[in-house]
Amino acid sequence: MRVQVRYFARLRELKAVSSEEVELAEPTSVAALYGDLFPVGSDGALPVMYAVNEEYVTASHIVQDGDEVAFIPPLGGG
Amino acid sequence: MFALSDGEIDVCAVENAVRHSKAGAVLTFRGDTREDFEGRRVVRLEYEAYADMAVSQMQEIGAQVAQRWPGARVAMVHRLGVVPVGETSVVISVTAPHRDACYAASRYAIDALKSAVPIWKKEVYEDGSTWKQNKEQNG
Repeated sequence: MRVQVRYFARLRELKAVSSEEVELAEPTSVAALYGDLFPVGSDGALPVMYAVNEEYVTASHIVQDGDEVAFIPPLGGG
Repeated sequence: MFALSDGEIDVCAVENAVRHSKAGAVLTFRGDTREDFEGRRVVRLEYEAYADMAVSQMQEIGAQVAQRWPGARVAMVHRLGVVPVGETSVVISVTAPHRDACYAASRYAIDALKSAVPIWKKEVYEDGSTWKQNKEQNG
């Protein structure tokens, strides 16, 4: 299955793209997907929140085919 | 009115979006960009957003305020892109029947924006840059 992944702020700079399509072999939680894309110890291993289809979800939320997944790095609005 | 703006925010338009004949109290909070952050001189700030989700989260805050303080209304506009120092990056207007609810709702709205609306701020200094983290955010 395929999901669209959105990157913002520091994560966008690290990936040098604002979004990409990611192919998944099996059902995966948003936290596990983040760990695959930004391994622990890498610059991108930030304390992120997770969003699927523009709603916040918990770390254990399982992504579905066609979902838009966003990793939300520490916020700075205001 | 819940919106993102690439240019200067029309403060009166935000306020007028929530003024009405049963609201005796009107408060507008403006957040302006500061020159110094922890002793480093800020040259400019750059905001980016997860735009559709940012607007839906603002709407959610509006719904929470209306539920918690009956009769209260909120409008919020956040600026995106490069914002020079000393300009307004966010405007939140709140109206309510009376001032107690209005003050409480105004404080709630800016705190909620900082902790839940997906907007990021890059501070560019004379000697580098950093993505700023709001202290209001929980994990």
